[in-house]
Amino acid sequence: MTKTNRRNHPNHAPGLQKEQTGISGFDEITGGGLPAGRPTLVCGSAGAGKTLFAMEFLVRGATTFDEPGVFISFEETDEELATNVASLGFDIKQLVADKKLLLEYVFIERSEIEETGDYDLEGLFLRLEHAINQIGARRIVLDTLEALFSGLPNEAIIRAELRRLFRWLKEKNLTAVITCERGEGTLTRYGLEEYVADCVILLDNRVENQISTRRLRIIKYRGTSHGTNEYPFFIDEHGFAVLPITSLGLTHKAPTQRVSTGSARLDTMLGGKGFYRGSSILVSGTAGTGKSTIAAHFVNAACRRGERALFFAFEESQDQIIRNMRSVGIDLEKYVKQGLLQFHNSRPSNFGLEVHLALIHKAIVKYEPQVVVIDPITNFLAVGDASATKSMLTRLIDFLKLKDITAMFTSLTGSASEVEDSVVGVSSLMDAWILVKNVESNGERNRGLYVLKARGIAHSNQVREFRLTEKGMELIDAYVGSDGVVMGSARAAQTAREAASRIERDDMQRRKHRDLQRKQEIYEAQALALKNQYESERDAILRELEEAQHREVVAANERVQMARLRHADIEVEVEENGARKSRKGNVR
Amino acid sequence: MKSTPGKRPRPAKNGHDPQTDGADLGHWNLRLYVAGQTPRSLTAFQNLKNICEEYLKGQYHIEVIDLMENPTLARGDQILAIPTLVRQLPQPIRKIIGDLSNTERVLVGLDIQPR
Repeated sequence: MTKTNRRNHPNHAPGLQKEQTGISGFDEITGGGLPAGRPTLVCGSAGAGKTLFAMEFLVRGATTFDEPGVFISFEETDEELATNVASLGFDIKQLVADKKLLLEYVFIERSEIEETGDYDLEGLFLRLEHAINQIGARRIVLDTLEALFSGLPNEAIIRAELRRLFRWLKEKNLTAVITCERGEGTLTRYGLEEYVADCVILLDNRVENQISTRRLRIIKYRGTSHGTNEYPFFIDEHGFAVLPITSLGLTHKAPTQRVSTGSARLDTMLGGKGFYRGSSILVSGTAGTGKSTIAAHFVNAACRRGERALFFAFEESQDQIIRNMRSVGIDLEKYVKQGLLQFHNSRPSNFGLEVHLALIHKAIVKYEPQVVVIDPITNFLAVGDASATKSMLTRLIDFLKLKDITAMFTSLTGSASEVEDSVVGVSSLMDAWILVKNVESNGERNRGLYVLKARGIAHSNQVREFRLTEKGMELIDAYVGSDGVVMGSARAAQTAREAASRIERDDMQRRKHRDLQRKQEIYEAQALALKNQYESERDAILRELEEAQHREVVAANERVQMARLRHADIEVEVEENGARKSRKGNVR
Repeated sequence: MKSTPGKRPRPAKNGHDPQTDGADLGHWNLRLYVAGQTPRSLTAFQNLKNICEEYLKGQYHIEVIDLMENPTLARGDQILAIPTLVRQLPQPIRKIIGDLSNTERVLVGLDIQPR
């Protein structure tokens, strides 16, 4: 889209030179511009943008390619023209002063003119020639040449003169743009297309669903291949811009670099690293499921990496988004101020689909972001039907892929429709699809998030509970119960129940341990007591025995004493209990 | 209005008594634009001269401008067709294109004869 890039396009026939118009996008679709040194017919109904196209052709020629041009106006005075195009940023007066541009107003008023015989248009030719020679023009515009038919009598003369004029322009080797009003069922009201055989361009401004879209089509371009589609174009403060946005085909590269989703847990679900750079991600879900918040996280992560992000919002204003995202702990304003983030907010109904595409296209080319968010794509359905929206998004995705831009699209799913229905039907175009849904149970709604697909990424198949906290989004393992996934307070209850039973289990174990301990202590105490008892009893017995023995010794002694006293000659037999030891010899 | 005369003006001023054949206006200032000495230009001039002599004798002035030599002059009177006769006076300006061979149309065009 670079206007200054003047290149030789390979696909034109030898001998057919093209002249770059410098009109944004137009040189791409024509493969190099208008046929050089030949006239081109630009037709369209009133307000289609013919004059602007023609004027920009001259202005770009003068400013970019150093080719002076002459503008022959049959409708507007020099002053009017300068004023009209000033709004497009063209400083006509300066160009005129620099001799880069010459405006020639040709006024014809039928009521002032009486025809009295044979005539020709030599006066016009002389004026053209004079104007051309004055500034050495290479380009010329005749706007609108058909004014001759309404302004002058005798159509036969005019037709003959026009034929001469076109021949003359070719001889002068001027690249000419001739504008014409569109007629009923014909390209031009007076059939001028029969004189200009080389290149015919049709401008159109159609209104569908009360939204007008400008379109351009190359009806014919002799000797060269050209796009046959209708190309949307628009006119803004920088002039005319044609959008050569067709399906660019599947030739884009596939980067292997990964980019974070902005949520560590979501990255984990996507193989631990997030999305592939340059991939297209669909985030779909019912209303209020946090799609925009996921997008904001994604943008936040990109800006934190120092990348540039473009946020196309079709529902909320910039301030609203910044405020809302602050409530989940994301400060986007910081990045806006740093110039890393730019918002483009508009209502879908402001423009037609093609213009939206064009504006997105233009903004991307200008800002060169690494990350783009479109929030939401479903709003485009208000402007165009599903197939037109899909076609537009296909072209947008192709374009984004070509630029290696990672793009996130949010899509609103109606509550009544199937959740996995992406409404616009673009899911097949997307590389990754994250689905957020409301799960209603136990009188509450909770958000569930899962990765429906992620091409080339080993992704989790688990449903996660998705919560928005003041610190951002949080993904929590969801419990799967007999009734399906358990979330929210049910999950909390489930957690509490599990915690309670765990505590109970622990308590019981501790109790058993204590019991065991206590039992051991009891056994040990009892064992000690028994031992003590035994010892005391044993001591008593031993003492008795000792006493008994003592007593026996004493008794034996007494008997010996007694015997000695009696002078007994036999030994005394001890009969009494406990005296066995001393049966014999004790006496001695 | 431009008053710069062409290089070869052919003043045809006859200071005779005014004749009032159909015209009762004062002075007639006529300018004939041509592009070179083409037969058509010459025819136009001759036709004009004849008409003036017949209807505006003594009260007209013809200025011939050759755009081949003065192309810038075409802009002022917005000339496209050649030849073009411009009635500058009396007002309003009238333009008559063609070789002026249709006398009746010339008279109508110049408002000498009512339409």
